[in-house]
Amino acid sequence: MAARARSARQQQIEQLLLAPINWIEERSGLVSATKRFLFRKVPRDVSWAQTLGSATLTAFLVQLATGVILAMYYRPDPATAYASIQHITNDLTWGWLVRGMHRWGASVFIILMFLHLGRVFLFGAYRYPRELNWLIGVLILVLSLLEGFTGYLLPWDQTSYWATVVGININGTAPILGPFIADFLKGGAEIGTETLARFYSLHMLLIPGGLIALIGLHLYLVTRLGVVSPPWSKEAAGRERDEVETRKRGLVEPRPRGNANRNGSDQA
Amino acid sequence: MNESNEEETRDRGFAEALAPAGFAAGIILALIGLVIAGESNSGWIVLAIGVVLALVFGFSWAYRATRGLRETPEPPPELAAPDVAEEPEDAVAPKRYSRGVFLTGATAGVSGLIGAAVTVPIVGFAVAPAFVGQGERDIDLGPIDNFPQGEFVITTFDYRDNEAPSVNRRTAYIRNNGFINEVPSFTVISNRCTHLGCPVQPAGPTGAPVELETASGPVSLTRVQPANFSCPCHGGAYDTEGNRTAGPPVRALDRYSFLIRNGNLVLSERFSVSEVTGEGANARMKAFKLYPPGTHVDGPDEWMTPWVS
Ligand code: HEM
Ligand code: FES
Repeated sequence: MAARARSARQQQIEQLLLAPINWIEERSGLVSATKRFLFRKVPRDVSWAQTLGSATLTAFLVQLATGVILAMYYRPDPATAYASIQHITNDLTWGWLVRGMHRWGASVFIILMFLHLGRVFLFGAYRYPRELNWLIGVLILVLSLLEGFTGYLLPWDQTSYWATVVGININGTAPILGPFIADFLKGGAEIGTETLARFYSLHMLLIPGGLIALIGLHLYLVTRLGVVSPPWSKEAAGRERDEVETRKRGLVEPRPRGNANRNGSDQA
Repeated sequence: MNESNEEETRDRGFAEALAPAGFAAGIILALIGLVIAGESNSGWIVLAIGVVLALVFGFSWAYRATRGLRETPEPPPELAAPDVAEEPEDAVAPKRYSRGVFLTGATAGVSGLIGAAVTVPIVGFAVAPAFVGQGERDIDLGPIDNFPQGEFVITTFDYRDNEAPSVNRRTAYIRNNGFINEVPSFTVISNRCTHLGCPVQPAGPTGAPVELETASGPVSLTRVQPANFSCPCHGGAYDTEGNRTAGPPVRALDRYSFLIRNGNLVLSERFSVSEVTGEGANARMKAFKLYPPGTHVDGPDEWMTPWVS
C-alpha cells in the first residue's frame, strides 16, 4: 500500500526539524558518518553473544561518567582522601549511589570484558583479518586491569593500602625490571604521598586517555572489517555448501556478479 | 594425486608445529629447572636441558620462518642483463632529489627534534624522581635502658621527615640481647612480611605502651612476649629470630642495622637475611643488601634482580 501523501503542513514541520541536522551534515558529513557507523550490515545469523562488546563499552561509559563526577568531590591527599570518600558516601546527595555505581561498575566492566574476550575466542573471531583487533583488545584488557589497580588505592583505607602494598610488591618480584617497576609505581622507595597522587593521575588521566584512544581504534576496525558469523553458521563465507540450496543469499555470501541472476532468482 | 598432496600438507603442518611447541617446552623446562635449582642440584640439569631444547627448536623455528626472506627472488629476465652498452657511462645522470623529498625529510627531522625536546623532560620528570634522593635517614629510638634485656619491644617510629602521618609510621620488633664482649647486642626485626610486605604481628601478651619524643619524632614502645610472628595477609609465620616457619614467605624477616649514639639506640639501613641459626646474642645470619619482598636473596632467583638498591 502506498504511503499516504503528506500534507503541506506535515512537510513544513519535517523540513523545520531536519534543517539543523542537514546544516550539520552539509558542513561536516557527521550525520551520514554516524549512520554508517550505527546502521552497518551484519551477518543474518549474529547472536546475542555479539552484544557483549557493546555491553562492555556501555560499562566503560558508565565508569567515565561516574568517575568524572566523583573527581569533583574526591581529594587525592593522604590526609584527606579517606575523609572525602566518607563525605561522598555519607553526606553528599546521591554520593553513595554514584560511588556505588563506580565501585560495582568497575567489576562489571572487567567481567563483561572477559565474557566478550571469551566470545571472540570461541567464535574464532581473532583470525585473519581481525588479528590486529585482538592485539588491541589485549592492550585494552591490560590497561583496564591497571585502571582497576590504581583506582583501588584511592579510598585510602586499610584494605586499599595493604592491597596496593601487596600488588606493588608482586610487580617488584618480576625478573630484572621488577624493582624498577615497583619504585616507579610507588614514586619512590616507599608508598607515600607521591604514590596516592601518582595513582590518582594514572587512574584519572593517563590510563583512561589511553583506553579511549584504543577503544576508538577497536571500533574503527570493527566497522571496517565487520563482525564474523557464529561458528555454527551455515551461510558464512568459506563454508561447504549444502547440496540443494534452499536459503537466500545474504551479505556474507553475495550474489554472483553479472547479468545472469539480475532478476531476483536465488538459485545459483 | 589428491591423497598424497593432502598427506604432504599434513606432514608439513606437523613439522611446522613441532618447532614452536618444542621451543615452548624448552622454555618451560628451563623455568622449572630454575625453580628446582633453589632446592636441589638436579634443577641445574633440567635447566640445561631446557635451554638446549629451546635453542635448538628456536633456531629451527626461526630458520623455517625466515626461509622466504632469505631466498633472493630471481630477477625478472628483462632486468637480468641491463643493456649498459647502449648508453655511454657519462650519460648516467646523478641521482636527484626533488624539493618535495627535501621538504618532507626536513619537516620530519625538525618535528622529531621538537618532539624529543618536549618528550625527554616529561618522561624524565615522570620517572626520575622515584629513583633519586631516596636515602633512608637514621632513626633515634631513645635510651637503650628502655629495652629490657631478653624481651621484645614493639617499637613504632616515624620513618621520614616531611611525610604524611598516615604513611610514615614503621614498626620494628626489638630485643635487647645483653652484651657480647662489652658490645651491646640487639635483634631488630622489620615488621614487613618477606612474602609481599604486609605487617607481621607478634603473637603474645603485650604490656602498656610507653610514648617518648626523640630527635626523630614520636616513638612508642610496647613490651611483648611473642611465641612467633605471623602475617595477616596470607598466613606467613616466623619464629622469634625471624626465620620463616610456615606460609608463602621466601626468606627470613628483614632487619635494621643499628648503632648506639650517646646511649641511644639508633636504627640505620635495612638489610635482608636468608636464614638465622642460633638464638639471641649467639645468633648467626647470612646478611644481604635489602631485597624487595617475595624474592630469594640466595640461589638463582638472585640473578633475576641484579640491580637492587
Ligand atoms: C575515565 C574513567 C574513570 C575515572 C575518571 C575514574 C575516577 C575515579 C575516582 C575519582 C575514584 C575515587 C572515588 C571512589 O573511590 O569511589 C575512583 C575510584 C575507583 N575506580 Fe575509577 N575512574 C574511571 C574508570 C575506572 C575504571 C574503568 C575502573 C575499573 C576497571 C575503575 C575502578 C575504580 C575503583 C576499583 C575505584 C575504587 C572505588 C571505591 O573504592 O569506591 N575506574 N575512580
Ligand atoms: S604478605 Fe605476609 S604472607 Fe603474604
